[in-house]
Amino acid sequence: MSKIKFSVDGRECFGKPGQTILEAARDNGVYIPSLCRYEGLKPTGSCRICTVRVGGRYMAACTQPLSEGITVENTAPDLEDMRRAMIEMLFVGGNHMCPTCEKSGNCELQALAYRYQMLVPRFPYQFPLRTIDPTGPKLLVDHNRCIKCHRCVAMVKTKDGKSVFGPLYRSKRKKIGADLTLAAGLTDDQAKKAMDHCPVGAILKKEIGFAVPIGRRTYDKAPIGSDVETPRT
Amino acid sequence: MARKITIEPVTRVEGHGKVTIHLDDAGKVTQTRFHIVEFRGFEKFIQGHPYWEVPVLVQRLCGICPVSHHLAAAKAMDVIAGVGPADLTPTAEKMRRLMHYGQIFQSHALHFFHLASPDLLFGADADPAIRNIIGVALKHRDLAVKGVLMRKFGQEIIKATAGKKIHGTGAIPGGINKNLSPEERDAFLKAPDPLNADTMVAWAQFAVDFFKDFHKKNTALVDGFAAFPSNHLSLIRKDGALDFYHGALRAVDADGKKVLDDADYQDYLEHIGEDVRSWSYMKFPYLRSLGKADGWYRVGPLARLNTCDFIPTPLAQKEFEIYKAYTAGKPNAMSLHTHWARLIELLHAGEVVRDLLNDKDLQGTDLVRKGRKAYEGVGLVEAPRGTLFHHYRINADDQIEMANLIVSTTHNNEPMNRAVNWVAMNVLEGRKEITEGMLNRVEIAIRAYDPCLSCATHALGRMPLSVELVDARGGLIDKKER
Repeated sequence: MSKIKFSVDGRECFGKPGQTILEAARDNGVYIPSLCRYEGLKPTGSCRICTVRVGGRYMAACTQPLSEGITVENTAPDLEDMRRAMIEMLFVGGNHMCPTCEKSGNCELQALAYRYQMLVPRFPYQFPLRTIDPTGPKLLVDHNRCIKCHRCVAMVKTKDGKSVFGPLYRSKRKKIGADLTLAAGLTDDQAKKAMDHCPVGAILKKEIGFAVPIGRRTYDKAPIGSDVETPRT
Repeated sequence: MARKITIEPVTRVEGHGKVTIHLDDAGKVTQTRFHIVEFRGFEKFIQGHPYWEVPVLVQRLCGICPVSHHLAAAKAMDVIAGVGPADLTPTAEKMRRLMHYGQIFQSHALHFFHLASPDLLFGADADPAIRNIIGVALKHRDLAVKGVLMRKFGQEIIKATAGKKIHGTGAIPGGINKNLSPEERDAFLKAPDPLNADTMVAWAQFAVDFFKDFHKKNTALVDGFAAFPSNHLSLIRKDGALDFYHGALRAVDADGKKVLDDADYQDYLEHIGEDVRSWSYMKFPYLRSLGKADGWYRVGPLARLNTCDFIPTPLAQKEFEIYKAYTAGKPNAMSLHTHWARLIELLHAGEVVRDLLNDKDLQGTDLVRKGRKAYEGVGLVEAPRGTLFHHYRINADDQIEMANLIVSTTHNNEPMNRAVNWVAMNVLEGRKEITEGMLNRVEIAIRAYDPCLSCATHALGRMPLSVELVDARGGLIDKKER
């Protein structure tokens, strides 16, 4: 198979045809952050955390196909600050109370906030009025924490392939709703997976809370991205 | 000329409080009130949250004793998860006990050494610039170092059991999320001096001896300051032993007669009522059997040693016997004796922590049980400052529908008001000028019940306190700030 040569922040990399910039970069030990993307799913490019600069143009690395000879900027200070701003917007746009969230330590949004050293958001908190909705007998959805990444829409499906979750309304009113009849048919395993696939703590499997002690949660052990990154030689 | 003295803000546990003292034309005290003017709203805003989040959520009420809220909520959630106190696995119960006694140890050390000792060492009239823990460190280095390290030891115990020194996640409905590894255990048992369990017990004994010596030299002050009779309430182990984690409710009156005994706290509403008064956001609990007027009671170290029959560790029991002999076995009503009782409890907590660390059950792997779900549960523990009630009801979707929390400070509302009144009657009455030392005496009275109120003064050495003398028509006569 032919190799595609490209560079990220001056580092020479090689990818395979059909890969996106993000996939190829990760294969080369370069971490480009992502939130809405999930391994095995078709990327949607909705969160834009993976934005990189190629030839002066901003692109979502999770959807942009790799092409020969491109020069990718990933860690330029302005790009990093833009990502931090996006993370801050996600925080102020919802009600993210990390200290009391079951997903704390396993939350990708929180982990990215640490990685990008978010301190006080530059934007005013919106404090939207949102609800915590029972969703079938096995799940609760805390809309305060939802970042509308659509992962659940794509991943949480019944055996015959129907999506349990789907978007409702548009723009600021947009929320992720659920088909309660379909949600009622989820098995324990499916409900647990729905919770695990959510990058934040919006989908909660009932009666699971804080079972993993502090110090043993995913990002207690290693910061997000450290499983991808290899030191530059 | 009639006057109104206002002390505002007196920094409260988690916010603001103030003291007002009304004097008539002759300078006689006509009314004193300790107002809690802060509204926290935890009972409301946890509604809708799933019940398993609550032990982690409500502990944010406090940064000094979050473990108490964490465990009281977890005990209530045990009931909801269908796991009674006897159904917890030995590892779960003992890990929770270790966490709790570690917290009692650190909180009592904090209270005595950091907050109360400056008043004892330097006197109520001493310069506020030195009347704080820094002043103690400069003049009584050994005492300050012991206080700081004892607190550290307790905090490390909490970290080993809850994952963090403050606001951890150890207790979950039906059990605990971790055991204590042999490495964690040995870090407490075999650590070089001073941070090991044996030294901590020895230092706790030193603290008790220190207070007894102070008492001997200042008997009139310690015995006379803000002494007044009351009822006393606490949890008691089935056999009458002092127990901070679990038991039944017992209350005794000023003569030591049991007015409530062996009461299941799931039925606390049958025994405890809550009165509301227009001038404070804090309620006034009372024993229903004695009524609103006479049913008020103390909680905390003084009350616990008045209700229990014995302390189940040898060194603390020996001190308990000396303590009880001082009042000929009768309930102790002297506010400053709360410090003595607190230090005996500190010694007891140190002994329990040491004994638990040697218990192999802590290395067990059976951590959580599950039972038949209930929709309502009550959890009680003895927090450092007194009995803590958590009561929750959930809906069919596991969301909190109702919460009622009665914290130690609330139980002690009436006693603190009485203590402030005592100072007003005995220190301020008839005086034209307010001195800083007089204000401090008001706080010393409050401080005996709730150290959080004095955090600002002793932690920073400067309390955000202002007092105004106002005449009957609202005219300012005198004002002091610090």
